[in-house]
Amino acid sequence: MFEYYLNLFITAVFIENIALAYFLGMCTFLAISKSIKAAGGLGMAVIVVLTITVPINNFIYLNFLKPGALSWMGIPNSDLEFVGLITYIGIIAAVVQILEMILDKYVPVLYNALGSFLPLITVNCAILGASLFMVERSYTFTESIVYGFGAGAGWALAILALAGVRERLKYADVPEGLQGLGITFITVGLMCFAFMSFGGIIL
Amino acid sequence: MNKNDTLVKTLFVGISLCLVCSVIISSAAVGLRDQQKYLKQKDQQSKILSSAGLLTNQKSIEELFSAIEERVVNLDTGEYEDSLDPKSFDGKKFEAEDYSRDPLTSIKLTTDVDISSLKRRESFKKIYIYKEENEIKAIILPVRGLGLWGTLYGYLAIESDLNTIIGLEYFSHKETPGLGAEVDNPRWKSQWKGKNIYSSTGEIKIEVIKGLVDPESPEKKYQVDGLSGATITSRGVSNMLSFWLGELGYAKFLNRLKEEIERKESLNV
Amino acid sequence: MSKSREILLNPIFNDNPIALQILGICSALAVTTNLYPTLLMCIALTAVICLSNLVVSVIRNQIPTNVRMIVQITIIASLVVVVDELLKAYDYENSKTIGVFVALIVTNCIVMGRAEAFAMQNGPWLSFLDGLGNGLGYSLILIVVATIREFLGAGTLFGYEILVLTQNGGWYLGNNYMVLSSSSFLIIGLFIWLLRSWKTEQIEEPEYRVARNNLETKEAGTRV
Repeated sequence: MFEYYLNLFITAVFIENIALAYFLGMCTFLAISKSIKAAGGLGMAVIVVLTITVPINNFIYLNFLKPGALSWMGIPNSDLEFVGLITYIGIIAAVVQILEMILDKYVPVLYNALGSFLPLITVNCAILGASLFMVERSYTFTESIVYGFGAGAGWALAILALAGVRERLKYADVPEGLQGLGITFITVGLMCFAFMSFGGIIL
Repeated sequence: MNKNDTLVKTLFVGISLCLVCSVIISSAAVGLRDQQKYLKQKDQQSKILSSAGLLTNQKSIEELFSAIEERVVNLDTGEYEDSLDPKSFDGKKFEAEDYSRDPLTSIKLTTDVDISSLKRRESFKKIYIYKEENEIKAIILPVRGLGLWGTLYGYLAIESDLNTIIGLEYFSHKETPGLGAEVDNPRWKSQWKGKNIYSSTGEIKIEVIKGLVDPESPEKKYQVDGLSGATITSRGVSNMLSFWLGELGYAKFLNRLKEEIERKESLNV
Repeated sequence: MSKSREILLNPIFNDNPIALQILGICSALAVTTNLYPTLLMCIALTAVICLSNLVVSVIRNQIPTNVRMIVQITIIASLVVVVDELLKAYDYENSKTIGVFVALIVTNCIVMGRAEAFAMQNGPWLSFLDGLGNGLGYSLILIVVATIREFLGAGTLFGYEILVLTQNGGWYLGNNYMVLSSSSFLIIGLFIWLLRSWKTEQIEEPEYRVARNNLETKEAGTRV
């Protein structure tokens, strides 16, 4: 049983890395990867938010939105899946807002580290994307916790790797037109290509 | 903008926005639902027809599909399960995968038998029978199994001798275009027609080999060309067929069906 | 009139959302394997941006500041749900491939970014034009990438065979790298290079310039 969840986690981190295999969360990925410190902070924030929002969205999906889910309320023929999109993004925005308030009040150290990144996370495609994948693959509640954590860890790993490369690229003689954004795109392209080597690994 | 920051205004804006948006998206969803269902079903039916080589531009899909009978089969007994209505059987993906998650309607597979990495096998499957003038001409069986990037879902069509393949059509997969996704290439698909599943001793011999099939080889009627650069997908296809045509798949049903067909033939003679 | 033109045309080359503002990249990569779904994606996004900019601009004076992000997101999400349902109802095949990415338009930074940065401060007509301009800028990049990828990868354009692949009995050995999604990064990177060679004002200043190797530093190094 534990092995199954471990496999799910490793798949989410390496084989189906949400940043490098599915290209989600690219905007912040490219914008914040200039320094390892900032990348680390954002990565942590993403892990926390994903581990919280994916299970919550899973709970709501299984008990309210899935076709037939409202049978406990006496409405067996319900199919509210189309409301899913708005619900998930609403939950994400709410969770991020609440998280910000809690951190600000009770854990100021963490708030100083992660706080400025939290508004960026609400519109991070990766957060919404992970919830959408969870719905598509019909995960159970425990699976969605593991998947949320794994997807976040994968994204954090990817952004840290890119930040590391970019910090070295600072000293490279990059052509003027490619400076900054251009070379970053090419680097990420190569990283994605590299991560494809994990494809086909069956755990 | 400051005058808008009152509680009343916030509530008013919030509630009216919710109302307007809910009306808009609900009307869109409900209004378009039938059209969506129709398209989804048409797409699925065309894949089923295509696997049996029945898809043509001459007739509409509805007309063509009316010749096909849908039945639900119990894989453990090989019998038809008439308590389950075929019309409402379909899961989200037109495949019984949803049923495989429910312990009541599925069995867990141990790693030694789980050659297609399915983890669980659903106990009921919807199959399709094509009849011409009340005679069975083709059986179409849904199959699924792991490829390289994900599960491939398809339909295997076989003739009434239950040994000759008519076609193999995949309707959903995540394989790489140009490599594993060549399972959709008409040239590769056309190879399946006429291949035999079972050897003379009754064991499953059909497989996707590595490399090209030798036209001189006596084994070629059991072999299909490997997909160039897509070893894992090719193996996935072979394993999937071995599994679903085997004891844990449709074997019991196919044996029972063979008896039924032979009995009918002996009555006609 | 010229202000409208400027707002419409600026985001195409001068202030391109993908190439300069680094917005809306997620969807630019995975959908661009073929031209036709890419075109659908571009139309979907442009429609959502224009309408959301329009709606936000119309009610901009009524939105309380503390809930404005939620209001924007709700409007955008509703529009995306409608577009998604329309896509599923009229083109089921393609909705299977790009469905997830259409849903992700909700978090597409371009839409939110323009709603916040432009539509909240400007009138409806200008906001609509701004949305259209940004949509066009985004579409430009996507279409360029998709054309290159489909042509070099599969030898087709819009599904019509131009270079016949070896698998289909032809001569062209399809460039499989172009079929993989990581090629879109490379193509965009090269496009940016081209764009910045033309519009040199977009070139970024490097943070660190390697010092010139001159006589003084050389001697300084050899001193014991």
